[in-house]
Amino acid sequence: MRKVELQGASSPENELTLATNPSAIPNGIAGLDLVSGPVGKPSRHESAIQHVTGAARYVDDLIEPANGLFAAVIRSPIARGTITRMDLEPVRKSPGVVCVLTVDDVLGHTDIGPVFPGDPIMTSTEVKFFGQCLAVVAATSELAARRAAQAAILEFEREEPLLDAREAVASQQLVRPSHVMTMGDVDSALASSHQVLEAMQEVGGQEHFYLEGQVSLAMPTEDGGMLVYTSSQHPSEVQKLVAEVLALPLNRVTVDMRRMGGGFGGKESQAAQWACLAALLASKTGRAVKLRLPRQDDMIMTGKRHPFANSYRIGIDEAGRITAADIEVIGNCGNSPDLSDAIVDRAMFHADNAYFLGNARIAGHRAFSNQVSHTAYRGFGGPQGMMIIERAMDDIARAVGKDPLDIRKLNLYGTEQSEPERTLTPYHQTVEFNYLPQLIEQLETSSDYRARRVAIRQFNQHSPILKRGLALTPVKFGISFTLQHLNQAGALIHIYTDGSIQVNHGGTEMGQGLHTKVGQIVAQTLGVELERIVVTATRTDKVPNTSPTAASSGTDLNGKAAQNAALTLRQRLVEFLAAEKTVSPEAIRFENGRVSWGGSEDMSFAELVQAAYVGRVSLSATGYYRTPKIWYDRTNARGRPFFYFALGAAVSEVVVDTLTGEYRVTRVDILHDVGRSINPAIDRGQIEGGFIQGMGWLTTEELVWHADGRLLSNNPATYKIPAIGDTPPVFNVALFEHENDEATVYNSKAVGEPPFMLAISVWSALRDAISSLSDYRLSPDLDTPATPERVLKAVMAVQAQCAQNGMTGGAV
Amino acid sequence: MIRFLLNDQPRDIEYIAPDLTILEYLRTIEVQRGTKEGCASGDCGACTLVLAEPSEEPGKLLYRSINSCITFVGSLHGKQLITVEHLQQGQQLHQTQQAMVECHGSQCGFCTPGFVMSLFALSKNSGVCEFDPQASNGEAPGNQPVNPEQRHQINLALGGNLCRCTGYRPIMDAAAQVLADVQPDQFDARQAEVWQQLMDIRTAQAPMAGLTDPGCPVKPLTERRFFSPQTLAELVELLARYPQARLVAGGTDLALERTQQLKPLDVLVYTGAVAEMQQLTLTDETLIIGGAVSYSRMASTLQLVLPEFASMMERLGALQVRNQGTMAGNVANASPIGDTPPVLLALDALLHVDSAEGQQTLPVNGFFTGYRQTTLPKGAVISAIEIPLNKSDWFRRVYKVSKRLEDDISAVLAAIMFKVENGLILDARLAFGGVAATPLRVVAAEQALIGQPATLAGISAAQQILKQTLTPLTDVRASAEYRLQLTQNLLTRALLEFQQQANSDGSASVALEVGHYA
Repeated sequence: MRKVELQGASSPENELTLATNPSAIPNGIAGLDLVSGPVGKPSRHESAIQHVTGAARYVDDLIEPANGLFAAVIRSPIARGTITRMDLEPVRKSPGVVCVLTVDDVLGHTDIGPVFPGDPIMTSTEVKFFGQCLAVVAATSELAARRAAQAAILEFEREEPLLDAREAVASQQLVRPSHVMTMGDVDSALASSHQVLEAMQEVGGQEHFYLEGQVSLAMPTEDGGMLVYTSSQHPSEVQKLVAEVLALPLNRVTVDMRRMGGGFGGKESQAAQWACLAALLASKTGRAVKLRLPRQDDMIMTGKRHPFANSYRIGIDEAGRITAADIEVIGNCGNSPDLSDAIVDRAMFHADNAYFLGNARIAGHRAFSNQVSHTAYRGFGGPQGMMIIERAMDDIARAVGKDPLDIRKLNLYGTEQSEPERTLTPYHQTVEFNYLPQLIEQLETSSDYRARRVAIRQFNQHSPILKRGLALTPVKFGISFTLQHLNQAGALIHIYTDGSIQVNHGGTEMGQGLHTKVGQIVAQTLGVELERIVVTATRTDKVPNTSPTAASSGTDLNGKAAQNAALTLRQRLVEFLAAEKTVSPEAIRFENGRVSWGGSEDMSFAELVQAAYVGRVSLSATGYYRTPKIWYDRTNARGRPFFYFALGAAVSEVVVDTLTGEYRVTRVDILHDVGRSINPAIDRGQIEGGFIQGMGWLTTEELVWHADGRLLSNNPATYKIPAIGDTPPVFNVALFEHENDEATVYNSKAVGEPPFMLAISVWSALRDAISSLSDYRLSPDLDTPATPERVLKAVMAVQAQCAQNGMTGGAV
Repeated sequence: MIRFLLNDQPRDIEYIAPDLTILEYLRTIEVQRGTKEGCASGDCGACTLVLAEPSEEPGKLLYRSINSCITFVGSLHGKQLITVEHLQQGQQLHQTQQAMVECHGSQCGFCTPGFVMSLFALSKNSGVCEFDPQASNGEAPGNQPVNPEQRHQINLALGGNLCRCTGYRPIMDAAAQVLADVQPDQFDARQAEVWQQLMDIRTAQAPMAGLTDPGCPVKPLTERRFFSPQTLAELVELLARYPQARLVAGGTDLALERTQQLKPLDVLVYTGAVAEMQQLTLTDETLIIGGAVSYSRMASTLQLVLPEFASMMERLGALQVRNQGTMAGNVANASPIGDTPPVLLALDALLHVDSAEGQQTLPVNGFFTGYRQTTLPKGAVISAIEIPLNKSDWFRRVYKVSKRLEDDISAVLAAIMFKVENGLILDARLAFGGVAATPLRVVAAEQALIGQPATLAGISAAQQILKQTLTPLTDVRASAEYRLQLTQNLLTRALLEFQQQANSDGSASVALEVGHYA
């Protein structure tokens, strides 16, 4: 075990440990020394100092150009209907107003759907969701613009909104066609199963609640083009859509993105609309225009994590091993496709989670509803898909009378050594390098699962009101965009004559530490100190045609592209120095900002750079990367959509009040696989942050829609993300360090999304606590979010059922 | 005119919109943009700043965190406003900033300035725990896990700051690191000097502090003013002169009319500088809480005499709100989901009401007449709340149930109090929030308890009455069914806790609330 020195993470219970494989030999880039150098070190976030001093600038902090304008959006107060009157004269006459635009003023494209059409930038006819954008106003101050927007006179012919996903599927109101994955013969396997279990499940959506809301600042350029500062995970798409609505070629539009105050998927496709609206107003007025959504507008007008309606029919053998699984997942997509095709696909790809299903049919439906178009959110449908199989695991355990952990272990995918016949997924990718059995074993021991299980059973027998619950759940998450062409990236590195280095790449910084990791990778590759490197704002005029920073791919793709650019520069410097000193290139070493060529002689990196410049060597290079091995034949639902899988597991313990449904998470132990960590502090931050965000999704974060389609939970007073007291007092996080068997950058693994799903253990532990009321014979329904209200409902349902069956109940 | 210190710079402001928030002022007029807007409703803490005010002890300042998005500029008179830009000295980070950097406490960084400011206030108050004077004095050594008392102290200080990235563990570590060894800083060095500067501002012979809008684009003919009277007489005179005036105490709810509904607030009268309303008087018989006393200021006193009230109040809003909000404001606001009215109902509290006509005393029982309606006369102010301390031998519980532990509005708030002798309930109070259009005392259910044994069977008739008489709503926070069930179950819990207390013969008791267990 190797301990990683982390400032401030010094308490024994919170120690970050790395379980190393002593036999592992670094197999990264030949000639690069991983013992020294920045890779693997817990460097602080590149902007940490700016963050704590308030110096870090977000788009809203940029000083607006003189006579710049501020925009506000006029949004629909109803969810479905036809606009019969839209009188904007009072808006135009409001103090400070300079410009008011509707969809009729758009010269170029009016549909800004990212993949499929269906997202009008504004509408003046049909309204499909509450909050839909009807018009936009620019004024001399933000308050003036927002007050003016309130003055619009709007009348509608209302229609009954469709809100229920199952109802939409029943009436075939879908935003995209359904899709099915099959393996084996489910129907006959079900028929011959020892037992068949069935259940339905409603999984709630989730508001992103990035602390920085959506914002863009558009500035007209001299050639009729546009410079856009935006908070977006996908600057290239913003560039394309701004160009399209303005009817410009892409080369006239530049998008600059320094940092986001959080993204989580919410700024993947849905940052574009605000940039486009600001650009339209800027184009019309010839003045800079800033459009920032106030929190309530942001919560109402932008899509969420898809709520899902899931169900399963699962056949098991006597031991509780799955023989067949017939699973249906329905994503409530809202009013348009947006990214829903891929999101529901990913839910289907993860409806097996870590378990071999034998025979499987996984059907995925993309339901239409009169809600805002639901969009990407950390996990991208994967978490919603996993929820159904994790529910099944607990249900099977109660049905056969075993510990849910034993049922989970029994159903895990096989490994190359053990049960290789159990390694095929329902989409016909073979699971390779499955370390989950080993990882779970390790966590089971380190978390003291068995002894705690015994202690909890004893506690529950003697505690009339409070009941404790425990659960271990695993995660196996597929890494790669399932849309193949997005799996590419570019980078651009300049070395200046003083030896300082500027790095630019296609990924965006949203807090996840991507720029820090890319800086470490470049510093490692060039053998220089991290301080020598600056990673600059993502800009479409530096690295073009980029993919969104999404699918946890940021470091895998951009890190590799930056490494390739650095290798090109390194090679040039090696060749130059080898010729200068007449030594073999193999003798040249870059380390700690110094360059040596055998013997005792060396020089600083800056001296070499200066010499190379004088020697007329190009000190600027691009790098490019595309992910190998991946393919997917969607027509036949088979292929290898994922380059590899990220793995992990968590044990959560809860205590539940059976009088009120209130609960606390008292302890969490996590063991998570990040391959070889490029930055253990950042990786730990992603694991802990992802876990808590996932816990919020499954517990307190409740989206509430009125029957008329209005979102009622539209501000942080009514929508509750976790606060500091929700973080468990015991929170042990360890990295399962096992270098990625695939040749990723420094054999690391993606870490953005996978830990999110570790939080399913909290939900499962709540069900465990409730199940204790029936002496673990009943498996309670517990839709999510499992608010205290839903927990109490489940408690009362179990108590009622126990009373009915004459079972020992836990009622007072 | 008002006069305050923006960090170490004096500011005199006379002509400015009276309903301008400090956050808007900093970002648009001062163009200091280190302070962020996350919600503009006081719910996320991204805009947290620290106010320093002179304490009664010469040379000593009191530091407290506030949400600048819902605090009006006019309330700054005689105070020092400390912003995140001012903490570092040259290249030297402040200890709180350094700890956040070292513990990897920021990811996207947007919430970070707010956290740093809350942490700064915590470091300044590390010896002064908000609620429990017995709690940790910040002596925890650096290499120990964050102990429960310290964790509690940190949770109280940072519970109003939301972070969506980190999961809070590194921020908790940073706070513990700071508390383990609070370093003297430039603010300590200048404390006496600033204290004197602020006292000079406060005692200067000048017209009443206030602001005047130089020209209002919305209603050009309306007089738009912010007044900061120093005496109750001045205050009631202003209320008489400006019938349209709105009172600002903490303003934590009023400000939302401006920041969320964008309504102009034309005439504002601030209670915070009124000397009589800042009194906190404790005798053997009563506790009298001045109308302008913040929740934070009353906390330690409440802890002494009504600990169950004080511990619920740890979950009323967040510290930034408790540093501003007042009980009188909570009562006058008359929200059916306010946290203090049910407790005041159960305690038979009295309201001291002042107007140009004079003073009167109104029982809080009967004060709430309808949804956000009260018997408070026009032009009157609640100058103080008087709580009789005649229930010391009663069994008293206050329960708050909400989705989230911290900074959440109650689904149900229950104040349950009964007096038991020889196993029989002699008297009882049952008051609830969140179950009707007003905070409510359920006298019929109280009557059903009287004379009954203090057993589960003895409370069942009262529970039936609760079930039959209460008419809660289904809303974004909870369903009517859940609320109704809670009122009954919380009575069960109170009874069980009573039995446990009554039977406490030294044998280990079983925890009955998750908060006590965890």
